[in-house]
Amino acid sequence: MSMVIGNKKGKGFTVAVASGKGGTGKTTVAVCLALCFDKEVQLLDCDVEEPNAHIFINPGSLMEEQVLVPVPTLDESKCTGCGKCNGLCAFNAIAFLEKPLFFPDLCHSCGLCAKVCPEGAIKEVGKNIGRLETGVKGKVHLVSGCMNVGIAMSPPVIRAVKEKAANAALRIIDCPPGTACSFVTSVKNSDFVLLVTEPTPFGLHDMKLAVKVIKLLKLPFGVLVNKSVSGDDCIGKFCKSEKMALLMRIPEDRKIAEAYSRGIPLLETMPELKDEFEKLLQDMKDLCGGGSEK
Amino acid sequence: MKIALTTSGTSIDDTLESRFGRSPKFIIYDTDSRASEVLDNNVNMNAAQGAGIQSAMNVIKAGVQAVITGHCGPKAFNLLKNAGIAVYLVESIPLSKAIELFQSNSLRKQEAADVDGHWK
Repeated sequence: MSMVIGNKKGKGFTVAVASGKGGTGKTTVAVCLALCFDKEVQLLDCDVEEPNAHIFINPGSLMEEQVLVPVPTLDESKCTGCGKCNGLCAFNAIAFLEKPLFFPDLCHSCGLCAKVCPEGAIKEVGKNIGRLETGVKGKVHLVSGCMNVGIAMSPPVIRAVKEKAANAALRIIDCPPGTACSFVTSVKNSDFVLLVTEPTPFGLHDMKLAVKVIKLLKLPFGVLVNKSVSGDDCIGKFCKSEKMALLMRIPEDRKIAEAYSRGIPLLETMPELKDEFEKLLQDMKDLCGGGSEK
Repeated sequence: MKIALTTSGTSIDDTLESRFGRSPKFIIYDTDSRASEVLDNNVNMNAAQGAGIQSAMNVIKAGVQAVITGHCGPKAFNLLKNAGIAVYLVESIPLSKAIELFQSNSLRKQEAADVDGHWK
């Protein structure tokens, strides 16, 4: 049961693999980083709407646990209808007709209504919104979050995944696409953000949005161009003009896509990339001051 | 009796707004005195979420017995139902025409929400 909401930070280096645009290769890269690391590594799949890192890591047996968030319920016998909870909810999750009526799917679990109730009539109960799956394969410790169908709020599930962060030398966060709450929750408190993008107008556009958010969060970051083709270097040009670190390029290659579609990690298809991924890891650590233990 | 009609206008000559929760305004029309007043709903129109719930609270507080709108989602509908308020759905016609239809008993009372939340 993961009802605690917060972000622990253990020892070691945490890299968030994010993108802005979907389908640029975040999971591919996150899995490569995990597989090329020679010590215990934790891979946290925070893409909770469609987690898929487990397909490439293939840990076999998975341990499952529920993700619960607190939502209010009313003890009708204690409620006097005083109305102190009325009009307080910032998320419009309470309607008040003589007594409060709660709308749990709008609730952000802030706990204010339960706190202000002078009669103790509002109690918080756990509502299941998803599950965590954990498994191990070799040195890779996988934590995967999966949100229930029909749930609209992913950050509590993402936070539950991140609560599992352990004292590994390296933690890799596979982030969801986009630049909204789920993205922010995923990259928050990491040591470095690796932006994976592709040389297309969409890839560039969405990366620009992600860069804006990461700058607001004041996190060190760098760029990896996936599906890199000669001739179109819109990403390289942008990185140069904005003085952003372009750390690595993965070529556009049909056999990468074919392997991906079969759930085969990129490093098995192109083992020659291992040195480059190891260098990428070192470069990222160097860019944030040697990746010293924090 | 008082009825609430959704609109972006300010009088019963204006057109009916098809959305309930995110209607910019409500016209509260009194069928006895034939007086109408404007109830602003701008806060709920721009709410990030839960607009239907708070719009329903808005018209419940205004003391109406019926709501005439274009569409009504499940949360708002159930609240209105609990508060004993009847919901009638019409096309985007002038409010005066909708009132006329209501008073001649030409509108059928809704038994359930006609759209899902966040339909538009």
